[in-house]
Amino acid sequence: MPPRPTRKVLLRGARLVDPASGRDGTTDVLVADGQVAALGRDASSSGASVLDCSGLVVAPGLVDLHTHLREPGREDKETVETGCRAAAVGGFTAVAAMANTDPVADNAAVIQEVLALADKAGLCEVFPVGAITRGLEGESLSDIGEMATAGVRMFSDDGKCVQRARVLRMALEYANAFDVVVAEHCEEESLAEGSQMHEGYYSSVLGLAGQPREAEEAIVARDLQLARLTRGRLHLCHLSAGGSVELVRRAKADGLRVTAEVTPHHLALTDEDLTGYDTNRKVNPPIRSEEDREALRAGIADRTIDAIATDHAPHAVEDKEQEFDHAPPGTIGLETALAVALTELVHTGLAPLQQVLAAMSTSPARILRASGQGGPIEPGSDANLVAFAPESTWVVDAPFASKSRNCAFLGRTLRGRVVHTIFRGDLVVGDGEAAR
Amino acid sequence: MTGGHPAGTAGGRETRLMDETEIRRATTRIAHEILERNKGPGDLVLVGIAARGDDLARRLAAEIRRIEGADVPVGVLDITFYRDDIGLRADAPEVHETRIGFDVAGKTVVVVDDVLYTGRTVRAAMDELVDFGRPRAMHLAVLVDRGHRELPIRADFVGKNVPTRADERVRVALREVDGEDAVLLGEGPR
Amino acid sequence: MIKHLLSVNDLTREDVVRILDTAESFREVGTRVIKKVPALRGRTVVNLFYEDSTRTRISFELAAKRLSADVINFSTSGSSVAKGESLKDTALTLQAMGADAIVIRHSSSGSPATLTRWVSASVLNAGDGTHEHPTQALLDLYTMRERFGQVDGLKVAIVGDVLHSRVARSLTFALSKMGAEATLVGPPTLIPPDAPAWGATVSHELDPVLPKVNVCYVLRVQRERQRRQFFPSVREYARFYGLSRERVAMLPEEAMIMHPGPMNRGVEIASDVADLPRSVITEQVTNGIAVRMSLLYLMLAGERVPEGGGAHAA
Repeated sequence: MPPRPTRKVLLRGARLVDPASGRDGTTDVLVADGQVAALGRDASSSGASVLDCSGLVVAPGLVDLHTHLREPGREDKETVETGCRAAAVGGFTAVAAMANTDPVADNAAVIQEVLALADKAGLCEVFPVGAITRGLEGESLSDIGEMATAGVRMFSDDGKCVQRARVLRMALEYANAFDVVVAEHCEEESLAEGSQMHEGYYSSVLGLAGQPREAEEAIVARDLQLARLTRGRLHLCHLSAGGSVELVRRAKADGLRVTAEVTPHHLALTDEDLTGYDTNRKVNPPIRSEEDREALRAGIADRTIDAIATDHAPHAVEDKEQEFDHAPPGTIGLETALAVALTELVHTGLAPLQQVLAAMSTSPARILRASGQGGPIEPGSDANLVAFAPESTWVVDAPFASKSRNCAFLGRTLRGRVVHTIFRGDLVVGDGEAAR
Repeated sequence: MTGGHPAGTAGGRETRLMDETEIRRATTRIAHEILERNKGPGDLVLVGIAARGDDLARRLAAEIRRIEGADVPVGVLDITFYRDDIGLRADAPEVHETRIGFDVAGKTVVVVDDVLYTGRTVRAAMDELVDFGRPRAMHLAVLVDRGHRELPIRADFVGKNVPTRADERVRVALREVDGEDAVLLGEGPR
Repeated sequence: MIKHLLSVNDLTREDVVRILDTAESFREVGTRVIKKVPALRGRTVVNLFYEDSTRTRISFELAAKRLSADVINFSTSGSSVAKGESLKDTALTLQAMGADAIVIRHSSSGSPATLTRWVSASVLNAGDGTHEHPTQALLDLYTMRERFGQVDGLKVAIVGDVLHSRVARSLTFALSKMGAEATLVGPPTLIPPDAPAWGATVSHELDPVLPKVNVCYVLRVQRERQRRQFFPSVREYARFYGLSRERVAMLPEEAMIMHPGPMNRGVEIASDVADLPRSVITEQVTNGIAVRMSLLYLMLAGERVPEGGGAHAA
């Protein structure tokens, strides 16, 4: 029985891990009227519903820099409401919703529609992403200024890559006036043409056309040079190749204003996981080799990569239940992201818990300039929190809160599970179930 | 007592029902009987059921050559594809060579096998042979008839009748395959 | 025996030997007046051909019929396949019909594997995209074994568009499994960089390879590849990698020339030598039926595996 939304909650006996303040210790957290009211043993609990959080970790609500909510246009795959519910179930209190909808979010009207739908659902905060170019055609700039005024923090043609360097240069320069970040999906189209997976040994034995890692690295290199030229703010979406990580590492050392993200599935899987032709593992950029995966993990460990972002990409069942080369690329990821990150990074000792949580909340919140998200958790701050059981094992399976079920991790056992999600003080997910 | 042989010993004790000499005498007698029944070598052909039936068929042909001076054609027939238990056993049964280098139409075919038991193997052999052509007649010669027929099949020429229990096993060893000649009775299926 | 034949790599070396040995018996059946045995009576074999291939389809059809199985043909000309019914819907229909085996040829790599998720029948890959064509490789092995006595130690050159060839993949895996040596020859653009990991050596020069091989296996090279920059022109391709009369003379006398067909005269093989593989082609037709009968027999004559049975039956 899902608990009813409530405005005063006491999280008792939690291990509070707050990357924004560096705090890590057992305490009580009192939430009231949408804010963190008090921390510590003094938190008075009169009138509050008490959640026993012994054994649980409480952290700032997760922030996803990269989600596809599919609305407007493909409400059969997902809506803003169902996507936000999936986000909440996954412990996210904010998501950045990509612009490749139908119509494309290249003007303020679409942005406002998405914001309105998000408000109505009231399950998490949505930061609609604006397209860099009109219609995602890569030719002319979209209404960047107007959309920034409407609240947009990030611009991206994701789904597609801006092929013409001059266009991206203009976007980066122009965006400097609005303190927004330009996020690129890095893919050199002629190298990636017709590809179904990463080009390597496995693509050769599976008989599937492959895309070399250079298809991404060439654009990463180009875009970093343009970031240097324009002194603009550049964010690189879903890095998949080892060389990309190294390029970003050097660019940061040179002081460029660049940030980068990686998906949970790129951190967990390799191209070997595509034997068997599971279309849920067909993604773009493709899952690459073990060598690339190691480099991505090292990139998280040394903070070259700032954020873990899901690239949650719902697809209809009949679209994915097709011949491999007919199926559209993408996997859903909101509901498994934290568990995968814990299983692959924290439980293996590759990165400490606080750092992984920073990559999933504090850093993305900073990139989006989202005040109220990503901590610090202190009295007076917005109550956007997640409570999870770090050791709890579970097997990934339908049903999902998302409308779609194309999950790359179906059947996998993960260690770590979201228990409660509090959004602006509301218990939107209690005991693993959405409240509404 | 024989040692272990690769061709499937059930393990455990085996009793010798026929030794080398008895097998030789039986083979000679059967050869005479075939010639008697057929009134000479005439249109005779011998078809042995693989495995071991074909070795017996070759021995009978050698006997007939010794007795009458005539060369009777010998063929070998593998009946695996005609078995009635395909799909009932865990794995597809192993196949041996079939070689019938002559026309069976109009001939008297003597089918030769080592042991006659349920009769199913012979039924399969007959069905397969008629697919090769229409013999004038078919006869059956076996070294051992151990009873327990499950089909209306009977042997025309028998080396030895041996009543057995269903939980017993009759095994024929032949010099050509097993290094010695013997008919052995043991415990275990088949 | 395995339940599905999707790739040559599904078979062990012992499996391959058993398939080839059993094919001998089926070749003998092919010499009888009644070329039919009752072994698969009552079984239903479906030919699901999304790509036109009269030759392979007829070979499978004859193989199934000579085993006394019932055969249903779903091919691109006519039937729901042409009307655009999804693979899944077609699969469910075949499942409802009680198919025991489905032989599938499709232009998308991995379709046979995808099909196994929706049917309980045995699935045989008759060629999927650029992935594999296992029965072709088995039939090629059979022909080589017949000509040379054994496959172990044979040296085979596979020449041409390896990148796009499902036959090249299956054959390379099969040769490697059986202890033969495969050398892949072609321009660098048509040989995947990871090909050495398949168990083959790679050469971009054809002439030095020819005197050392027992078999020269020529792959089809489509003219369209030139349009996508895999080589500058057909003339250049033919000059450096085409099998010409001069190159045939470089082969050892007992060497066998093979081509999976159909041939592109003037590209991978010169017109004046295009008849040389011809003698092998006739053998291949007979052998193809025998090998396919052997596969169907070995895969279907065992106990019917209950739903949820794994890769190897009982």
